Amino acid sequence: MPSSTPFWWVAAIATAFVVVGLVSAHHMESAGHWVTGMNNRVVWGVPHVFAVFLIVSASGALNAASIASVFGRETYKPLSRLSALMAITLLAGGLTVLVLDLGRPDRLIVAMTHYNFRSIFAWNIFLYTGFIALVVVYLWMMFEPRMNRFVGRVGTTAFAWRLILTTGTGSIFAFLAAREAFDSAVLAPMFIAMSLSFGTALTLIFSALIFSIRGDGLPTALMLNLRRLLGYFVVAVAFFVMVDHLTRLYGAEHHSMERFILLEGGIYPMLFWIGQILLGTILPVVMLLQRRCNTLAPTLVAASLVLVGAFCQLYVLIIGGQAFPIDIVPGFSETSGFFDGVIAEYQPSLAEFGLGMGGVGLALLTYLIGTRVLAFLPTTGFDSGPSS
Amino acid sequence: MSCKPMKKDESVPLAQHRRTFFTQAAAGVSLMALAPGVRLVELAMANSEDSLPSNDKRWGLLVDTAKCESGCDECVSACNSEHGLSGHGRPETDAQWIRKVDLKDEQTGHELSIPILCQHCEDPPCVDVCPTGASFRRADGIVLVDKHICIGCRYCMMACPFQARSFIHEDLTGQKTHSPRGKGIVESCTLCVHRIDEDQEPACVEACREAGHDALVFGDLEDAAGPLASLSRKTATRELRPDLKLNTGVRYTSF
Repeated sequence: MPSSTPFWWVAAIATAFVVVGLVSAHHMESAGHWVTGMNNRVVWGVPHVFAVFLIVSASGALNAASIASVFGRETYKPLSRLSALMAITLLAGGLTVLVLDLGRPDRLIVAMTHYNFRSIFAWNIFLYTGFIALVVVYLWMMFEPRMNRFVGRVGTTAFAWRLILTTGTGSIFAFLAAREAFDSAVLAPMFIAMSLSFGTALTLIFSALIFSIRGDGLPTALMLNLRRLLGYFVVAVAFFVMVDHLTRLYGAEHHSMERFILLEGGIYPMLFWIGQILLGTILPVVMLLQRRCNTLAPTLVAASLVLVGAFCQLYVLIIGGQAFPIDIVPGFSETSGFFDGVIAEYQPSLAEFGLGMGGVGLALLTYLIGTRVLAFLPTTGFDSGPSS
Repeated sequence: MSCKPMKKDESVPLAQHRRTFFTQAAAGVSLMALAPGVRLVELAMANSEDSLPSNDKRWGLLVDTAKCESGCDECVSACNSEHGLSGHGRPETDAQWIRKVDLKDEQTGHELSIPILCQHCEDPPCVDVCPTGASFRRADGIVLVDKHICIGCRYCMMACPFQARSFIHEDLTGQKTHSPRGKGIVESCTLCVHRIDEDQEPACVEACREAGHDALVFGDLEDAAGPLASLSRKTATRELRPDLKLNTGVRYTSF
């Protein structure tokens, strides 16, 4: 790399995030979860928003490698190794947040040795660890010239695996029959579309960052392809979001919940309409699919807006879905000392944001380290790219 | 073996000394090895087949909603006292295994009060979703949490349709030996399993009767001659969230 200074600056910032994350996790675990905004009604909070975001994005981050290996598009080849590295580091970041938020993170070994195969959560443990193992093998196929001939087959397996992985992550929520906001089969394909969208947005940002650190820019052809893909993926997410809400709006059963999420739920409709729809969908789609904005800077702005929308979407889905009260006795209004029948309060704490940012920092830091220790980056002026 | 003191001129062959030593040592070692075994047999006998939970029974509760008084929380207090649920003055995060809920019919305005607790479902969603199998259902229908393998992921709380589970958000004091609890894990009503295993009824049921309401009837749902079946024959009963078809062990007289 021509200059090391920007690299060390970014690495220092990422390390600072990791430290903040660790301090936050220590605080939450030693004092107990009462210091967070989470409670017995909203049991999953901001850490889960970050964790799901990183896990879903990890799957989508493999897009560039998949498009090159599975669909044979040479333009994406220079990013193959980087995208595989990103997939691993993002997943590691997300899983770290998830584990550190557990009530008993010290019992991680229990989670690895006791399985209930009726639980989609247990299946996801295999899907996540299997994904990491498969991407490591995929990387080996890409790095080792003698194994290059297997890249296509392993790439196809990894592509199928990540579709199943994201289906599994969506199913964590889709299988919750008791809660109105979840309990929908459309969540599984919606999560696949989300992974493609969030992962491509992060690929653009991370790649632009690492190429800029190296002193050269993201190749124009690659950037143009990625931005167009991102535009389509954002539209795909919007399609599933629309189908989900329209289905729920059709029957009277879910009218209260829809009124809560879309109109009267305070922060949730605001995040939905302003964050998810305006900033996270309409603006980036306009920017990405318009030829006038096809330079790197507006592309990166659009990708960042997609990420803002991603956080808003996951916040509304995960936290809004819990805040809306479960109708335990349909036809009756309910009141109790346990907040039955009322909207659950949730004020996220700094520690929760700290833990979540720690996961992002860990993903970025390991990504940076990876690019330093192995030849993940294509050679300079890489129109031909690495052999894989 | 002789304990007679030896005379000075008496000599014992070395081989005999060795034999005595080995005999005594073998006896000692055998005793040490057998004693815990004997103790284990004793414990095993204590937990004979008869005393293990069996699916011949299905423990449950019937709430007579006509007798349950609004404002009365004897069942809640009894549960808190029985299991040492003292709380920290933070209702959002304090554990609550049973709570009183006031209901009002949105059409007719009819009001009533019912206790809501773990419904001990036949097909419990909490058991289905638990990744480690910490949430489990005993053969006699009681749904419990294995506190040794709960990792505190709270997925069971997401899945419970009755919001009957609590996560322990902070350090605890004053735990009861019969009701182990700990920070960072999830818990819920055990139907006072420790009392049931000693042929007693749950603390909430006892407290309700002592308060003169008798709104909670405990018994075996499978026993056609038992109190639950006889009361169910006299009046219609219902379960909460019947749409989910969980076949709950806690039922309510129709309202």
